[in-house]
Amino acid sequence: MLGSALIVFREVLEAALIVAVVMGATRGVVGRGRWVSGGIAGGVLGAVVVAAFAGAIADAAQDRGQELLNAGVLLAAVAMLAWHNVWMSAHGRQLAAQMKQVGHDVSVGAKPLSALALVTLFAVLREGSETALFLYGLAASGAGHQSLLVGGVLGLAAGAALGVVIYRGLLAIPLGHFFTVTGWLVLLLAAGLAANAAGYLNQAGLVPALSSQVWNSAWLLRQDSWLGTLLHILVGYNDRPMGIQVVFYLVTLFSIYALMRLFGPARPGRPAPTAQSPA
Amino acid sequence: MLRLIAPLFAFAVVAAAPAPALADDYVLVIKEHRFQPAELTVPAGQRIKITIDNRDPTPEEFESHDLRREKIIPGHTKGTVWVGPLEPGAYGFYGEFHQDTAQGKLIAK
Repeated sequence: MLGSALIVFREVLEAALIVAVVMGATRGVVGRGRWVSGGIAGGVLGAVVVAAFAGAIADAAQDRGQELLNAGVLLAAVAMLAWHNVWMSAHGRQLAAQMKQVGHDVSVGAKPLSALALVTLFAVLREGSETALFLYGLAASGAGHQSLLVGGVLGLAAGAALGVVIYRGLLAIPLGHFFTVTGWLVLLLAAGLAANAAGYLNQAGLVPALSSQVWNSAWLLRQDSWLGTLLHILVGYNDRPMGIQVVFYLVTLFSIYALMRLFGPARPGRPAPTAQSPA
Repeated sequence: MLRLIAPLFAFAVVAAAPAPALADDYVLVIKEHRFQPAELTVPAGQRIKITIDNRDPTPEEFESHDLRREKIIPGHTKGTVWVGPLEPGAYGFYGEFHQDTAQGKLIAK
C-alpha cells in the first residue's frame, strides 16, 4: 500500500506543481477555476485513453510512438506557457493594477486562460496515464484492491496537498512583484519541459545527444532525491544532462524571454520604470 | 505562437541524423517482474538497440537514470530502447513499477 502511495505521489506531484504554478500565474482572473478544473478533468480523461491504448501507442511510428507522444505533449505545453508569458508581459501590469484598484478578480480575454488550461490538461495527461498503468498493473498482479485503492488515494491526496502548499506559498508574494515571480516560474518551467522533450526526442533517435553528459552534479544534489525532483519539475534541474537538453533549455529560455521583451514593456525581474496603470 | 516557437525546435530536429544504422540487437526479458539477464554486456562506443520483451501480463516502466531512458512496456509486448554510444562502465536500470525485484545493470565494455 505504501509502495503504491509513494509512486502515485511522485506522479501526481509533477502535475500538481504545474497546476499550482498555473493557478498562481492566473491569479485574479475571473473564471480561472473553471478553466483549470476543466483542464484537469480533460487530462484525467485523456490519461485513461492513453493508458488504455498504451500498447498501440508504443507500437506506432516504428516503436517511437510513446516518445513522440511525450515529446509532442511537452512541446505543446512549452508553446502554451510561452504564449501566456508573452501575453502577460503585455498585459500583466495592467492586470495587477486593476486587481489592486477593484480589490477583486478581473475579467480578461479567455485566450491566455485556455492556453493554461491546456497546460494543466497536458500535465495531468502525461502523469495520469503512467499512474493509471501502474495501478492497473498492481490490480492485475493481484494486489488487494482495497489496499491498492487506499494507496492510490493517499498518494493522490498527498500530491495534491503539496500543490496547494506551493500555491499558498506563491500567494504570499506581494501583488506588486507577483506576476514578475510567476512569469519567471513559468519561463523556467517551460525551459525544463523543453529539456525533457529533448530527452524523449533523443530516445526516439530524432535528435543527437550532442554530449551524453555535459556535467555531473549528482554529488551536490541527486535528481532523484526529493529536493532534486522538486527542482527538476519546477525549473528543470538535471544532475546529468545531455548536450541536446542544455541546448533546448537555453534556446527555450532565451526565445521566450526575447519574445516577452519584444511584445511587452515590462521586463521580468525588474519593476517598470513608469507605471502606465489605466487609473 | 506555435508558428513562432516551432522553428526554434525544428532546427535541432533537422540537424539530427538518426544514428541507428547497423547495430546488434540485445534482448532483455521481463518475467515475474525481474530482468533476464540482470546484467547485460554491450560494446562501448556505439549505438545499441535493446529490445525489452515484457512477458508479464502487467505493464512495466523501463527506467534508467544512468542511461537517461524511460519507457513503458505494456504487458505481453516488446519495446525498443536505443542507448549509447556509451563510455565503458556500469549503468543501472530498473522497472519503476516493481522496483523491489526489477533491477538490472548494463555493462559497457
